[in-house]
Amino acid sequence: MNIVVCVKHVPDAQSDRTFDAADNTTEREAVDGLLSELDEYAVEEALKIKEAAGDDTTVTILTMGPAKAADAVKKSLQMGADAGVHVSDDALAGSDSIATSLVLAKAVEKIGGVDLVLTGMASTDGTMSVVPAMLAERLGLPQVTFASELTLDGSTVTIRRDGDVATEVVRASLPAVVSVTDQINEPRYPSFKGIMAAKKKPVQTFSLADLGVDASEVGLDAAWTKVTQITQRPPRQQGLVVTDDGNGGAVLAQFLTMQKFV
Amino acid sequence: MFELSSDHEDFRQAVRDFAEQEVAPHVAQWDRDSYFPSELVPKMGEMGLFGIVVPEEYGGTREEGAFTYLCLAIEELGRVDQSIGITLSAGVGLGINPILTFGDHAQKERFLPDLVAGRALAGFGLTEPEAGSDAGATKTRARLEGDQWVVDGAKAFITNSGTDITSVVTVTARTGQREDGRPEISAIMIPAGTPGFTVEPPYRKLGWHISDTHGLTFENCRVPEENLLGARGHGFRQFLATLDDGRIAIAALAVGMAQAMLEQSTEYAKTRIAFGRPIGVNQGVSFPIADLAVSVEAARLLTYKAAWLKDELEAGRRTSAEVKNAAAMAKLYATEAAVSATRTAAQVFGGNGFMEEYPIARFYRDAKILEVGEGTSEVQRMLIGRGLGLPS
Ligand SMILES: Cc1cc2nc3c(=O)[nH]c(=O)nc-3n(C[C@H](O)[C@H](O)[C@H](O)COP(=O)(O)OP(=O)(O)OC[C@H]3O[C@@H](n4cnc5c(N)ncnc54)[C@H](O)[C@@H]3O)c2cc1C
Repeated sequence: MNIVVCVKHVPDAQSDRTFDAADNTTEREAVDGLLSELDEYAVEEALKIKEAAGDDTTVTILTMGPAKAADAVKKSLQMGADAGVHVSDDALAGSDSIATSLVLAKAVEKIGGVDLVLTGMASTDGTMSVVPAMLAERLGLPQVTFASELTLDGSTVTIRRDGDVATEVVRASLPAVVSVTDQINEPRYPSFKGIMAAKKKPVQTFSLADLGVDASEVGLDAAWTKVTQITQRPPRQQGLVVTDDGNGGAVLAQFLTMQKFV
Repeated sequence: MFELSSDHEDFRQAVRDFAEQEVAPHVAQWDRDSYFPSELVPKMGEMGLFGIVVPEEYGGTREEGAFTYLCLAIEELGRVDQSIGITLSAGVGLGINPILTFGDHAQKERFLPDLVAGRALAGFGLTEPEAGSDAGATKTRARLEGDQWVVDGAKAFITNSGTDITSVVTVTARTGQREDGRPEISAIMIPAGTPGFTVEPPYRKLGWHISDTHGLTFENCRVPEENLLGARGHGFRQFLATLDDGRIAIAALAVGMAQAMLEQSTEYAKTRIAFGRPIGVNQGVSFPIADLAVSVEAARLLTYKAAWLKDELEAGRRTSAEVKNAAAMAKLYATEAAVSATRTAAQVFGGNGFMEEYPIARFYRDAKILEVGEGTSEVQRMLIGRGLGLPS
């Protein structure tokens, strides 16, 4: 079985994240980055499938991003994935999710023979959650999203999706695209052995030309949406401390009404 | 020349993530409760921390330069909590190392795979109530009766000896007298639960509350003859041979502590406001922190130089005398730097440094033992002096 896991290299939420002043895109070069934490669940799920299935399952990590994004591939390989594919091209800077899904779809096709595509439920920077659905659409594959449990059974994948009002069980035929939530597993830390083994694993780098994608279809200029203005979040106001002199409940209710919370 | 490789840094980062996510959130509570988290040990095993220096046939990943990686892991755990750092350091240095170095194949097969996986821990009992720095003064005795060793005596302060996953404690004991009249000391493995082997209640300690330390008593404690570890009469010498590693490991633990104190003092000095300005604008605050930064750097260089020499020794390119000297210097300097670092940090934190709400107090309590365990500072100075050819 061939599994592809799509991962994203994102700015570290612990560091000061900023936007590029020139084009209002996320600043990616000057800040520390890492494998999006939500994607670690997808990598872990792929590794669990591989471990349960035995050796003929391969896990390939796919990422699109600047040179630094190779770190996200490396971390996934250290966790135990088999191979990496890194799509990198100057023309990709500023790509929106539509362009991203196009590039990822072309890369999945180029990898070929893929039975299962796993993704995280969202990136921790853009948090749009749409790429998995777009990717499935472009590949013409079933999309089963927000899996908090996943089981494979020969030619089908079954997932559990926990919604606000109901839990659904959804089954799709393979190949399929599945996005997983942070409830599905507990991602492992790279082991010493994994770290030492990772450097010997193959990583291919593709340009847009390698994938047959025209530069005019991607990047900031091709984006369907544009961030026109950015305003710093105002500093937090001092909180209000209510001493309960018997009417604490009333004061709280009044506060919540005034702030339009109720 | 003065840089670790990207593999080293990747591994450091992985252990740091582990320590910050699996240890840091619980450590204040564990410390308060003097709770040993045996559930954490298999997780450390899964990361391969116990197997770094162990060959593959016993479940490890040994390769050239392994010891330096082990030191990185101990430093990073120690940066978050010293007790967890010593659990690894003692687990490998005192638990695994003697069995790995002196055990026969059957002994290694029996004990090492579980120890490497973190399913079990082992201890080494050298110290006795009346034999510490002078470890040769061991009073514990073992006599061969038929095909069994019968052990009688007591050990003091033995790390990892009483956890619910402890599988074996190796102890030194007198097994006779040498021709020159001095006692013959051998090492014998006592599996947990052996009748006559009593693990005394845990000590009440100044620090290292999370680490497991017990006195042990042996009364007519019988183990099979094949539990002798290494050659009869070589127990003491064998132990001394593994001490250098342990000292470098303690130096790494101390570097982790000093690093933590540096980071936390720096952050506090930037954010704590007094007289309308961050306290760090005062040279009275910034100079001690600058000195602390220098001592961290010096301690780290001495420690990783010693670790590198140890790896070079393993590869047959250095002598054990060089390692012994470097280990003593690193242990002496790094542990004293760590103790002094906690004093600096506690001062920078003012009253908060005295409160258990902040981690400084825990590090302050944990620091002192660094200058004592695995050879006191005085013993390190003795060794360095001897290396210089001073009369002894
Ligand atoms: C928490 C903890 C965990 C430990 N874990 C272990 C373990 O797992 N296994 C184990 O075997 N031991 C362990 N130890 C024991 C530790 O190694 C000893 O405490 C240490 O070696 C010192 O021995 P001592 O306590 O008998 O002190 P002593 O040897 O009595 O020393 C007292 C003082 O006298 C000084 N001194 C002694 N002789 C000389 C000399 N010739 N010249 C100058 N000064 C001298 C010492 O430096 C020290 O300052 C542990 C100790 C502690 C506290």
